[in-house]
Amino acid sequence: MRRTDLVEATVAVLKKAETTLPPWVMELIEEAAGRETNAIARSSLASMLENVRIASSDGVPLCQDTGLPVFHLEMGRDLEIPPFLEEAMAEGVRRATTEIPLRPNAVDPLTRKNTSDNTGRGMPDLIIDLVPGDELRITAFPKGAGSENASFLAMLNPADDPLDYVAREVANRAGRACAPVFVGVGIGGTFDLAARLAKRALFNMPGSSETELALLSEINRIGPGPMGLGGDTTALGVRIETAHCHTASLPVAVNIQCWANRSATATVRGEGWSID
Amino acid sequence: MEHRLRTPISEEDVSALRAGDLVWISGTVFTARDRVHALLGSGEELPVDLAGAVVYHCGPLVREGEILSAGPTTSGRVARYTREVVERGARLIVGKGGISEEAEALRGKAAYLAYPGGCGALAARGLRVKRLHLPELGMAEGLWELEAQDWGPMIVAIDSCGRDLYLEARRSRPMSSAD
Repeated sequence: MRRTDLVEATVAVLKKAETTLPPWVMELIEEAAGRETNAIARSSLASMLENVRIASSDGVPLCQDTGLPVFHLEMGRDLEIPPFLEEAMAEGVRRATTEIPLRPNAVDPLTRKNTSDNTGRGMPDLIIDLVPGDELRITAFPKGAGSENASFLAMLNPADDPLDYVAREVANRAGRACAPVFVGVGIGGTFDLAARLAKRALFNMPGSSETELALLSEINRIGPGPMGLGGDTTALGVRIETAHCHTASLPVAVNIQCWANRSATATVRGEGWSID
Repeated sequence: MEHRLRTPISEEDVSALRAGDLVWISGTVFTARDRVHALLGSGEELPVDLAGAVVYHCGPLVREGEILSAGPTTSGRVARYTREVVERGARLIVGKGGISEEAEALRGKAAYLAYPGGCGALAARGLRVKRLHLPELGMAEGLWELEAQDWGPMIVAIDSCGRDLYLEARRSRPMSSAD
């Protein structure tokens, strides 16, 4: 793998993720707008759709919160992990910050000092999975603060109903997270594994199991609608990932993603790269 | 009902707004988020006069003086300063997500407008930069003085009579408890 390919692919996936929405996300918003019975909600959903069209045609970030640089890396097991992996992707983020441009969002958590280039300790955040093959798939998943701040984790009692808990909490929080939202749910594992499952659930959106569809429908039954102003659609998709947990615990984490479910993927090979 | 307002916003302008109405704004808009509100809260003078002003909870994306993307940020983080903002004369607060129980500070004086969240590219079409105050706070946290031209539509989410659509959306739903 060549370093320049990795840098270029990183810039390219960020540019695409920030300025467009995946077609399946647009379709879900269009469907929600089509069946919405509340006039205020229809106005909000129409603005969202128009906003994506403007951003795509002008090549500008659809949301001013261009997020923190989170990447999902699917790394082929036959690939030799390049020594420049983290450093080259950080350079891609710095270049994207000037070229797209992105709002500088990354600050030291204690001094609040901004690095001005969206990198820093732990940033970009690279979430790595090993997969068969000899290619590297990079998915940019820029994460804005509005929806990230509405996310939550709880160590429930095994006697509690985790799905009822998730539905109520999401309904209470979605209004300030730019609903209609996507709901990534991690159930089980340990304290930190539950959180990682929730983030990974967002990478595998939307779910289609009976449980996932029942939770989606319950959130929409009790939720406050688009932007929390009333209406029929509070969530567009739910995905649940689970892991076995200790018999005495029930960790539940929910990572919320706003309607602007931004992502874009590129594949980097031995020589060259291409955007999906 | 639809309203096309020009700054400075008067008491009459505000009292004509009803929850659920749509609003377009022309004139001056000031951005303020966490850091500017913290200054307000500590009683400091701001470099701008908020009498009749529109205060926008927003940290825009700007390149060389051009607004590229400028949707609202979550108002809940700065809601605790609503009373100070209104006392300094602001008539309209624009944001997303509402201001919960702080809405009481608006009564008879000001209204809260919801701009659809995430719609930064759309919002940018109606705004241009006049000046950046407090540049030391950075791009997101600085106080941007913007010129709005038919900027909207925004939804009157909390009117000056105390009607709050966020509260109504929660109450109208079964089993959902307002926190």
